[in-house]
Amino acid sequence: MTKKVIRAGSISRRRLLTTASAGAALAASSFRINLAQAQETPIKIGFPVPLTGPYGAEAQDQVRAAQLAIAQFNDAGGLNGRKAELVVRDDKLNPGEAATRTLELVEKEKVNFVVGSLSAAVQLAINNVTKERGIIFNSISQSDAINEATDFSKYTFHEALNPHMTAGAVGRYAFSKFGKKVAFLTADYAYGHEMVRGFLEVGKEFNIENLGDIRHPLGTTDFSTLLPRLQALKPDILCISNFGRDQQIVLKQATDFGVKKSIQIIAPLLSHASRVAAGAQAFEGVVGGCSFYWGIEDKFASTKAFNDAFRKMYDGKLPTDYGALGYGGVRTMLEAVKSAGTVETDKVIAALEALKYDYYKGPQYYRKCDHQSVQSVLVIKSKSTDMKNDSDVFEVISTEEPSEKSLRTCEALGHKS
Amino acid sequence: MAGLSFDLIALQLFAGLALGAIYVLFAIGLSLIFGMLTVVNFAHGAFYMVGAYVGLYLISLGGNFWLCLVAVPLLVGLFGLAVERILIRPLYGRGIDYPLLLTFGLSYVMVECVRIAFGKTGYPFDTPEVLQGAVDIGVGYFPLYRLFVIGATAVVLLALWLFLEKTSFGLIIRAGARDPQIVRVLGVDVSRVWLIVFGIGTAIAGFAGLLAAPLQGVIPEMGGTILAEAFVVTVVGGMGSIGGAVLAGLLVGVVVSMTSLFAPEMAKVSIFALMAIVLIIRPQGFFGRAGLMS
Repeated sequence: MTKKVIRAGSISRRRLLTTASAGAALAASSFRINLAQAQETPIKIGFPVPLTGPYGAEAQDQVRAAQLAIAQFNDAGGLNGRKAELVVRDDKLNPGEAATRTLELVEKEKVNFVVGSLSAAVQLAINNVTKERGIIFNSISQSDAINEATDFSKYTFHEALNPHMTAGAVGRYAFSKFGKKVAFLTADYAYGHEMVRGFLEVGKEFNIENLGDIRHPLGTTDFSTLLPRLQALKPDILCISNFGRDQQIVLKQATDFGVKKSIQIIAPLLSHASRVAAGAQAFEGVVGGCSFYWGIEDKFASTKAFNDAFRKMYDGKLPTDYGALGYGGVRTMLEAVKSAGTVETDKVIAALEALKYDYYKGPQYYRKCDHQSVQSVLVIKSKSTDMKNDSDVFEVISTEEPSEKSLRTCEALGHKS
Repeated sequence: MAGLSFDLIALQLFAGLALGAIYVLFAIGLSLIFGMLTVVNFAHGAFYMVGAYVGLYLISLGGNFWLCLVAVPLLVGLFGLAVERILIRPLYGRGIDYPLLLTFGLSYVMVECVRIAFGKTGYPFDTPEVLQGAVDIGVGYFPLYRLFVIGATAVVLLALWLFLEKTSFGLIIRAGARDPQIVRVLGVDVSRVWLIVFGIGTAIAGFAGLLAAPLQGVIPEMGGTILAEAFVVTVVGGMGSIGGAVLAGLLVGVVVSMTSLFAPEMAKVSIFALMAIVLIIRPQGFFGRAGLMS
C-alpha cells in the first residue's frame, strides 16, 4: 500500500497523514481486539456465484443455504473450536471474471476450499484455477465436462447433478408419455448443448424423432421470432434447455403464443427461483427435473431437518433446489474436514471420497473415479392450483433412485478404471 | 429443417414488425431527447426499468393495468423533470460527453436503488386478463397482448407527431432544436422547453417499460439489453430523427425475425451487422442531420 502511494505520487502529504492517522486510530480501536482474538484463522470457503445477471435469483439462494451450513458447523463447535467462514464473490456469470475472482480467493483471501458456480461454462474456468493451485473445488452447478478425464483432477468434486443424469431422467419420463416427435430450443452454450446431447442419447431408447434444434444466445429477452418456427414443426414435445431468466421469459412468451395448447413443454431443469419469479401462469404444466424439492420432507428425515433449520434462519422461508446445492456443497466439505480432523487437502479428499452422506435429500456418495455425487433425480411438474404456500410450486411426479447406472461409465469419461 | 411455408414466412414477417414496434417504442424517447437536446441519455434503460417497477408497485397497491397506462408515464415523466432540472441542466453547453457520463452514472444509481428497494430477484407481471391468449391473424396465431403493444405504439407516435407538428409549443421545440440562440433572442425560455422535452422522453421510456413488463417480467437489469438495441435503432434511423427511429425500429425487427428463421444463432449479431452496413453507406443514418454530434 505504501509503495503504491509513493509511486502514484499524486496524493498530497495531508492526505497521506489523514490516511495514516485513520489507520492508527483503527488499529487502536476495538477492531484490533477482534483481530487478536481470531488468532487461529477461520476455515475459509471461497464461494464464487453469479449474484448479478440472469441467474442472480438462483445464486442468492445458493449463498443463503451455504450460510446455513457454515452456521451449523460453527454452532457445533467447528473443527476443535476453529470456525468456518464463507467468502462470497460475484462471478457475474462470466468465465474470465470467475477465474479472476477465484484466483483472488486463493491468493489474497487464502481460502482452504472453493465451493460454488452456477454455469456449465463458468465452473470449468474455476476448476482450471483450483486444479492448478491444488485447492479442492466442489461444483454446485450442472456440467458433464467436469466429470470427464480431460477436465477432472483429484481436487474436483461435483455435488450437483449433471446433464446426462438430468436429461436422462426427464427424457425417460417424457418420451414414454407425451410422444416421439421432439423439437428443441436451446441456450447456445455448454449447458444447453450438454442437455440436448443427454436428451438425444436417452431418446435413442425411445426412437424419438428429432425435428430440429433452434439455438438462442444466453440472455435473450424476446423469443417471439423463434416460437412461430417451432410451432410450425408441430412437435409432440418442445424441449427447452435454458436456465434462469431465459427460462422465465421463454415460458412466459410460449404461454402467450399458445404453444401449450397442443405441445407438451419439457425442460431438463425447472428452477424453483425462476418459477417464483415468473409466476404460476408461465410455468403451468411444464415438466422438468431437479435435484431437490422441499416437498420430499415427508420422505426423508434429512430433508425435514434441513427445511426446518432453513425456515428458522430465514423467517419461515423454504429452501430451493439451487439453495440445497449450496448447502450440500459446503456441508459435505465441512463434514469431511471434521472426519479428517484437519484442512489438509489430501486428507480432506480421502474423507470426501469415503463419505456416505444423507444431509438434505436422501442417500448420496461421491463416485471414486470422477467425484460425481451419485444421487436421486426428481421429475417435477409445475402447479398452478392447490398451492398451500408460496413455495408449494411443484409436484414430484417421478423419482429416479440414486444409481451409478444413470451416470456415464468411468471408462466412457476417459478415466482409468 | 423442413416445413417452410408461405404462412410461416408471413407470420415471421409479422412477428418481426411486432418486435420492431417494441423497438420503436424503446428508441423514440431516446431519439427525441437526443434530437432536441443533444443529450445522449444513457439512463434511458433505467427509466424504462423504473416504469415497470412503478407499474408493479401501483398494481400491488390495488391499481389496475389500465390505470397504470396513464399513471406510469406521468410519474416517470415527473421524475424525469426532476432529473433534468437538478442534474442535467447545469451541464448544458459543456460538450456532449458531460451529460453522457452523468446519465451513465445515474443509470447505475437507479438500478442499485431499485435493487435495494425491491430486491435483486425479479417479479412476475401478469398479462391483463382481457389481453391474454393468442388470436388468429389469418396466417397463424399471434398473442393478443403483442397486438395491443403495436396499437399503443401507434397511438404514442401519433400523439407525439401531432404535438410536435401541430401545436405552437411543438413549433418552439423544433425551432429550439435547430437554433436555440435565435429562439432565445425571440424571448422564449429555452430551458423550460428542454425541461419538458426531457420529461416527455422519459415518460415514453417509462411507458415502454410498463408495456414490456407482461412480455418478460420485471427485474432491475431489464433496461440493460434494451438500451443497446435502442441505440442501434437510433443510430440506424439517424440520431435525433423520430421518423428515422420508426423506420429503423421496424427494419431491425424484421431483420431479426428473418435471421431467426434461417439462422437463429445469428439473430443477435444481425442487428449490429445491419448497423455497420448502414453506417458505411450513410454515416448519419437514414434521416439523420450530419454534424449533430460535433
